[in-house]
Amino acid sequence: MALAKRHFDALIIGAGGAGLNAALQLANADARVAVVSKVFPTRSHTVAAQGGVNAALANVVPDSWHWHMFDTVKGSDYLGDQDAIEFMCREAIPTVYELEHNGVPFSRLDNGRIYQRAFGGQSQNFGGEQASRTCAAADRTGHAILHTLYQQNLRARTHFFDEYFAIELISDDEGAVLGALVMEIETGEPLLIEAKVTLLATGGCGQVFRTNSNAHINTGDGMAMALRAGVPLQDMEFFQFHPTGIHGKGMLISEAVRGEGGYLVNKDGERFMPRYAPHAKDLASRDVVSRAIVTEVKAGRGCGPRGDHVLLKADHLGEEVVAKRLPGIRESAIIFAGTDPAREPIPVYPTAHYVMGGIPTDRFGRVVIPARHGPEEAVPGLYAAGECACVSVHGANRLGGNSLLDILVFGRAAGLDIIGYLDANPNHRPLNSASVDAAMARFQRFEQPGEGIPVAELREEFQKVMEDHAGVYRTEAVMAEGVEKLKAIRERLDAVRLTDRSRVFNTARIEAFELANMIDVGMGIALSASQRKESRGAHSRPDYPERDDKNWLKHSLYFRDGDQLDYKPVRTRPLSVDSFPPKARTY
Amino acid sequence: MKFRVFRYNPDEDEQPYLQDFEVAAERGMMLRDALLQIKTQDEGFSFRHSCGEGVCGSDGVNVNGENKLACITPLAELKEPVVVRPFPGRPVIRDLVVDMSQFFQQYRAVQPWLIRKDPLPEHEILQSPEERERLDGLYECILCGCCSTSCPSFWWNPDRFHGPQALLTAWRFLADSRDQAADERLDELEGPYKLFRCHTIMSCVEACPKHLNPTRAIGNIKNLMLKKSI
Repeated sequence: MALAKRHFDALIIGAGGAGLNAALQLANADARVAVVSKVFPTRSHTVAAQGGVNAALANVVPDSWHWHMFDTVKGSDYLGDQDAIEFMCREAIPTVYELEHNGVPFSRLDNGRIYQRAFGGQSQNFGGEQASRTCAAADRTGHAILHTLYQQNLRARTHFFDEYFAIELISDDEGAVLGALVMEIETGEPLLIEAKVTLLATGGCGQVFRTNSNAHINTGDGMAMALRAGVPLQDMEFFQFHPTGIHGKGMLISEAVRGEGGYLVNKDGERFMPRYAPHAKDLASRDVVSRAIVTEVKAGRGCGPRGDHVLLKADHLGEEVVAKRLPGIRESAIIFAGTDPAREPIPVYPTAHYVMGGIPTDRFGRVVIPARHGPEEAVPGLYAAGECACVSVHGANRLGGNSLLDILVFGRAAGLDIIGYLDANPNHRPLNSASVDAAMARFQRFEQPGEGIPVAELREEFQKVMEDHAGVYRTEAVMAEGVEKLKAIRERLDAVRLTDRSRVFNTARIEAFELANMIDVGMGIALSASQRKESRGAHSRPDYPERDDKNWLKHSLYFRDGDQLDYKPVRTRPLSVDSFPPKARTY
Repeated sequence: MKFRVFRYNPDEDEQPYLQDFEVAAERGMMLRDALLQIKTQDEGFSFRHSCGEGVCGSDGVNVNGENKLACITPLAELKEPVVVRPFPGRPVIRDLVVDMSQFFQQYRAVQPWLIRKDPLPEHEILQSPEERERLDGLYECILCGCCSTSCPSFWWNPDRFHGPQALLTAWRFLADSRDQAADERLDELEGPYKLFRCHTIMSCVEACPKHLNPTRAIGNIKNLMLKKSI
């Protein structure tokens, strides 16, 4: 049977905040845009973002995008690209207003303006007093934003392919991307979507770690497709462990709890963060707070019968604040931890949360790779935005409230830049049958009959290796062992067999594709981490405890082909203001 | 813990059937954890799930006769054998996976987006905390479908009756001080079916895992219509 084909101006893979904000710009400009998502769009993981989105609106206390920029550069441990960070912090303000105009039900201040709360790593006046920069819809900001963007895309008649799984990018001999081969999950049938331009907006990969705050769907699919298309992944060693996951479960308790005045205590009832961050205390940057918690537990000051967690106190805030500002978190804590935060503290421990690294792009969302001439060159027809991309605005550590901002600003920027790209490239390039054949071979890869390793078994083993060998604290020996184990797991992937080979809604088959993607991405994390011999941001090496700007103020690039690593310089020149030179980072 | 699970694979089965599974239940486990255990016993078992914390709305199922989100339903609350079925009234694709297209069609039919006619300000459109509070209990809907698929009126007329979810959304925009299309929205809801097939049975209120109240929203729409007609 002939392979079914569809044609669009733009193909967007992923329907979270980045994909939908890009789609909205394109649909509003009358481009023919297809959004492919492996789940119904409002199930995308943007829905789970709790705390809010940063923008220097100055609704509560004085603020400026320049202060926001300083905080973000410092938070990144100076690994973020300062041109992209300036762009993001400036664009934050119109981006949030646009969201509000689109209908996002932000919480409000008495004067009718958008409510903004304090979040970690935020300051006024370049490191001064705490800022209130995080625009919030109670503690369901991501949900409010994702639903609004989906609704506006319905109005704009964006074409949705709901529950279609992307198998592989299609490209030609020059490396230009021509679209993607996807699979309709309900029927198990392949579909070729040809597009003049493709945007990867597939989100993060938190499922590579056993204990994580991420949804089942966060398996790094776009990153792995990019890797297989010859694109490297940038800065994958920087993986954020959020300080306050529910102990033993991993689901998130937002920084908003500490932003509203909550704090952490150890088994002696001591509020310990002031020892680690005398000024910012519990609102220090996430990497700092996560390490402090792990240090407390390792020093025998953890809570509970096994001394393996700390407590997050919010009961002193009073019933009213908890009910009004933290209703969703209260519900989660009651269901999953069995504690009502308005009455008793929540047991918490760091949980794998967010990947700072990803597909390298410039600030217009264009995917850029090292080229023959000069350090980087755009891949024709390929864009990336959101958590799967690395612009890089988060560098070695992301600030709370900057993730929703990143996806919205760069989703929008990518959408707008694609409009220009379509003007300059009005025609489809000729299809490359060799690339289609390769993608079809991949589509069929889990159809071999016979006995083999079950997907679930290998996934469990893989997630455990990642947790044990690429977690919060990383030493040479532990990581070298991890890389070897991952190589063995990667080889065993070929022996995976499905017992269920029916076509219709075969979730085992999807999980097999996802596992293959996660293993590629996990190798990128482990190898990049094992080579970076310094401690910076979320990458913490007891054997190299200091930041080393002389040798390591540079981005890593992991290539799947031959497991190669390369490096490129950090862009330290902003667009219009002076550069923030690296300084010792204290909170 | 004993489970009886609805199974149907159109590639293999002529008829759906119930299959028994035994799950090792531990303290604090949710129904989703049990379904995942069943999937490790039989990887051919299909159900939707994602966030695991009740915000994405993927894993609505019918358990012991009630629609619930599997990921926030503690096993401790369930009587054995736990009977897990797909949502009632929807065509089954496979096992617990149902076709929800009519449900989403009804959602789209109420124009679920903010309509603004005035020119937009440079800043945010102002809204007082009291005006914003009217959206609480409405905007939190996660589109899981627990309500509409437990509604007898929606079972009989899924093509003509909007159902509790879509009507809750309709009221979410009617209640928003920033929206400027109330008249058109109300006109659209006229007629015997779209809105008025609600017979206040209130199954939706019981089913909603987010504790929202579509019946009250429907009542509010009816009141507003009445006010407008006087």
